[in-house]
Amino acid sequence: MSLQSQDILRRSASPTQPPIAREHKAEVAKLIDVSTCIGCKACQVACSEWNDLRDEVGNNVGVYDNPADLSAESWTVMRYSETEQNGKLEWLIRKDGCMHCAEPGCLKACPSPGAIIQYANGIVDFQSEHCIGCGYCISGCPFNVPRINQKDNKAYKCTLCSDRVSVGQEPACVKTCPTGAIRFGSKEDMKEYAQERVDELKTRGYANAGLYDPQGVGGTHVMYVLHHADQPELYHGLKKDPQISPVVSLWKGILKPLSTIGLAASVLFGFFHYIGVGPNKAEDDEEEDKA
Amino acid sequence: MSKEKLIKRYSAAERINHWIVAVCFVLLAISGLAFFYPAFFWLTGVFGTPQLARIVHPFVGVLMFLGFARQFFRYWHHNFIDKEDIKWMKSVKTVLAGHEVGDIGKYNGGQKGMFWMMTGCLLVLICTGVIIWRPYFAYYFPIELIRVALLLHAWSALALIAGIIVHVYAAIWVRGTIRAMVEGVVTHAWAKKHHPRWYREMTGDKNKS
Repeated sequence: MSLQSQDILRRSASPTQPPIAREHKAEVAKLIDVSTCIGCKACQVACSEWNDLRDEVGNNVGVYDNPADLSAESWTVMRYSETEQNGKLEWLIRKDGCMHCAEPGCLKACPSPGAIIQYANGIVDFQSEHCIGCGYCISGCPFNVPRINQKDNKAYKCTLCSDRVSVGQEPACVKTCPTGAIRFGSKEDMKEYAQERVDELKTRGYANAGLYDPQGVGGTHVMYVLHHADQPELYHGLKKDPQISPVVSLWKGILKPLSTIGLAASVLFGFFHYIGVGPNKAEDDEEEDKA
Repeated sequence: MSKEKLIKRYSAAERINHWIVAVCFVLLAISGLAFFYPAFFWLTGVFGTPQLARIVHPFVGVLMFLGFARQFFRYWHHNFIDKEDIKWMKSVKTVLAGHEVGDIGKYNGGQKGMFWMMTGCLLVLICTGVIIWRPYFAYYFPIELIRVALLLHAWSALALIAGIIVHVYAAIWVRGTIRAMVEGVVTHAWAKKHHPRWYREMTGDKNKS
């Protein structure tokens, strides 16, 4: 990092406190209003453009999704789902990408100090030069977002345009969205605005409209307004209650202190056993007797 | 002083095999502990850079597995647990006080237990290690399986490290043992005291002392 950050909430694989002097920063959030998205993919283009990403131009796989999946060079993709609700066909379009969890599983799993950081404003950012390519972040993520680049074996994902945000601009996808379906601001403001949208949707017959800000990961800094907030799975399998896998929590949680105790105990046992009992010698004179 | 009376315990091939596995283990433990404990991350410097440590670790792992597999097929038939071993295990406190228990063959109950524990750990480590190996194999496995593999890999590695600490300490504590794995020989006194049945087999001595 060429510029010094003093507003880091969490830093991967770092047991001590990161620099936090600027913690008064307001939490930011990107709000994606699925109900006003037209699926134009301008956000995908803007993302590639701003971040200087040039993914390979893929093939049409029979549906609108293109690229077909997130990759190290496609940090956001539109997911198109067809479903029947209330006897009508619905075409649900969701902009997929990093959710910037308040409790990021990627950061929890990462073994490399400072390869993943969470800023005070809530943005979770990969510092790719510290990435060792182990893929632990992929196992930590409840949303299946990080991708390892085949070219350099480093993990990448949406940065929420942390470079733009740090100088007071909105992310590139927000800037470019032609319908205003993507908004950016303080998390508080975005929740307020989302409520307006939800109320509006309810008057139009979407009784289960709501905000997607899953608490299982402490809330997210990318939120959705969904017409069917009771069935987020409709939106290309968006998880209803995403959480860091309990397996990852065991691995990165209780196993550490337990194994520390175990290893320390075996070393200390050996040391004090030797001090207490002394070496176990086979007496030479016994051999002499026999001889 | 009369010339020492020695018994051959390990051939040169066995010793080289053992030390290849041992060196692999040390490299793997250093890099593995670095990936597990943030406070030990600096140990990746042993390999040059952290990413190099991550790249090298699985290849060394395969080498260790192959080396251990050779050892397994050398020693498995010496490691069936018998009545004398049970007696040994039940009196482990006496053993730890420095008094031998039971008519022990080539290996005692502790060594046999260690052998099977190492075998189990190595099997878990190689299987889970392949599953989590990026960028080559992890893509072929579902994420739920990778998560479980990561947990089991760490768990069995830690069990193995604790086991090896005991293994190394036992070799230091029981004087004359390290020589068996360095020079290949032990003294008659050592064999008679720690492995009496093996001593009789090796010397043809019929007397139970």
